[in-house]
Amino acid sequence: MSARDDVLGRVRRALEGVEPGYAVPPSPRISPPADVVGLFVERVEDYRATVVRCTPADLTARVAEALPAGARAVVPDGLGVTVPGAVADTGLTAAELDAIDAVVTEARVGIAETGTIVLDHGPGQGRRAISLVPDLHVCIVRVDQVVPDVPDALPLLDPARPHTWISGPSATSDIELSRVEGVHGPRTLHVIVVD
Amino acid sequence: MSGGTFVGMPAFPKAAQEALGNAQLRHNLAHATGTIRAKRLRLIDEVNANSDWEALRLAGAGVKESALVDLATHLERLEETLTANGATVHWARDAAEANAIVASIAKGHGVDEVVKVKSMVTQEIGLNEALEAEGIAAWETDLAELIVQLGHDLPSHILVPAIHRNRSEIREIFLREMAAVGRPAPDDLTDEPAVLAAAARAHLREKFLRAKVGVSGANFAVAETGTLVVVESEGNGRMCLTLPEVLVSVVGIEKVVPTWEGLDPLLRLLPRSSTGERMNPYTSTWSGISPGDGPQEVHVVLLDNGRTNALADEVGRQALRCIRCSACLNVCPVYERTGGHAYGSVYPGPIGAILNPLLKGPGHDEQVDSLPYASSLCGACFEACPVRIDIPSVLVDLRAQVVDAHRGGVPKVEAVAFKGAAVALSDSRKLGLGERFTRVGLRVARRVGASKWTSARDLPPAPRESFRQWWKRTDGGRP
Ligand code: SF4
Repeated sequence: MSARDDVLGRVRRALEGVEPGYAVPPSPRISPPADVVGLFVERVEDYRATVVRCTPADLTARVAEALPAGARAVVPDGLGVTVPGAVADTGLTAAELDAIDAVVTEARVGIAETGTIVLDHGPGQGRRAISLVPDLHVCIVRVDQVVPDVPDALPLLDPARPHTWISGPSATSDIELSRVEGVHGPRTLHVIVVD
Repeated sequence: MSGGTFVGMPAFPKAAQEALGNAQLRHNLAHATGTIRAKRLRLIDEVNANSDWEALRLAGAGVKESALVDLATHLERLEETLTANGATVHWARDAAEANAIVASIAKGHGVDEVVKVKSMVTQEIGLNEALEAEGIAAWETDLAELIVQLGHDLPSHILVPAIHRNRSEIREIFLREMAAVGRPAPDDLTDEPAVLAAAARAHLREKFLRAKVGVSGANFAVAETGTLVVVESEGNGRMCLTLPEVLVSVVGIEKVVPTWEGLDPLLRLLPRSSTGERMNPYTSTWSGISPGDGPQEVHVVLLDNGRTNALADEVGRQALRCIRCSACLNVCPVYERTGGHAYGSVYPGPIGAILNPLLKGPGHDEQVDSLPYASSLCGACFEACPVRIDIPSVLVDLRAQVVDAHRGGVPKVEAVAFKGAAVALSDSRKLGLGERFTRVGLRVARRVGASKWTSARDLPPAPRESFRQWWKRTDGGRP
């Protein structure tokens, strides 16, 4: 008997007489926050990320300010903003990405309650590696992308796509529980919230 | 440790006594568990201010339970969707089969190393040792796991496996061991946590950049969509899941979540219960292969390794709901004082005390059989568990099974007492059940005429103040 049939057979035998239907109680929602975007900003800042708000007209300037002078920043296809020192992602290798200072991306969803940014790696966001290897991630979130909580975000996401949920810069508390920002992911997360 | 318990470990009472003598370990653990406990409680208050934590727990438990009661259907669906997404699905009855599958994939690509993201299940099956035996180095990339691996050591906590090491020990381990396996630690390494983390970043980065094969576990596997989910903090998970050409994920069959929406309560419960954060820094989801993005060869190994034993256990089945948050460890008075090593298993603490015997079955191994006794049945673990696993009831039931097994199947008076107590407990199904146990359990024990047994085991009269009440009142007896 194949391992597959064996395991499935054991599962079936283990559950003999068990009723397969199980009514899952509904997941509770939060009472809607008065200022969803304000909450999002506060919660992202809580993770020690930098957050700035701006108008669409100011976006280019805010992106430029977020990047150190002379920095090279990889940009994905479809990014709706001009980036100084932009390096187009032409399928750069991981080692090439490692030599680049920063990455600028857009996002798919912002979650206010948890201060989370979700990338679905579509146009304007790029493949997963580009927002992972460089040490500074500048991420642009539009206010109309911000939803109150996790259950509001999931239905907006296409499970067929890969997703990265980002809540602050990478962090560890593995050494005596003292929090260190930045281990392997970008050590600096700079979020620009556009009206 | 191919079966998930550390071979050669003494049974719990002896190991616990040894650990109790280790002041460093006790101090670190008390600090860690106390800190995480406080953060978690603050967040639960925050949830209750605009929502309902208890309702969230019920929803989370419900999602996992709904997967378990119809597990064969969901597993077949998962296989179908993963395959449609371009992943190759393998099945493994036990540790040896799973290890052989991973090794053969790695060998098929001619590699002598793989990068790994921290995963309980690969520790359970002893994957690193199995790969090493095949000449393949498995690099742990989680900072704590790296500390444990470089220190030739055992993890002591699910979440902070190196909590038994202090910063100066970590510095020494890095200085002594890194050079032999890759980029050495810088000579001027200090014991500042940020400096130590930077050394780990530099040491591991060269491994990430050249890795051809990545190995992971998964926190959740969504049957309906063929999606795997990994929840992490450091970004080493993202590295392992994204940069290699080939990705192999070993997934216990209990990780199934039926639907994409079913992730909702779990993703809200897990980080708050585990690290005491609203959300962990990084969560990655992937559904097989994404053209032009990440590994273009994706394998998923669906593992039994005793899970179907646990599934067949009517009382114990609920242990498979566990999302490995470690909240039960952090509230456990026994764990706080003895540490993870005393449990002799990759699954320590209250969950380990039930999961190990459930996976392996009672009556085979003294170490495993001693675990259901590694508890004061105070009930704090059940109260903390985000998926409402009634650990005290399962412990009591397992004690009965252990006793039965040692009697060759003939129930002994204490087995009957435990069974009775387990039933009484299961029926109560509510908070505050710790208090009920002490009295119910003793009453049952007396009713079945266990006077000899109770005196032999020195069971006190049912106290006016339960252990849990005392624990709450005194904050675990802290001065
Ligand atoms: S048993 Fe519950 S509290 Fe313990 S690790 Fe599992 S999910 Fe967390």
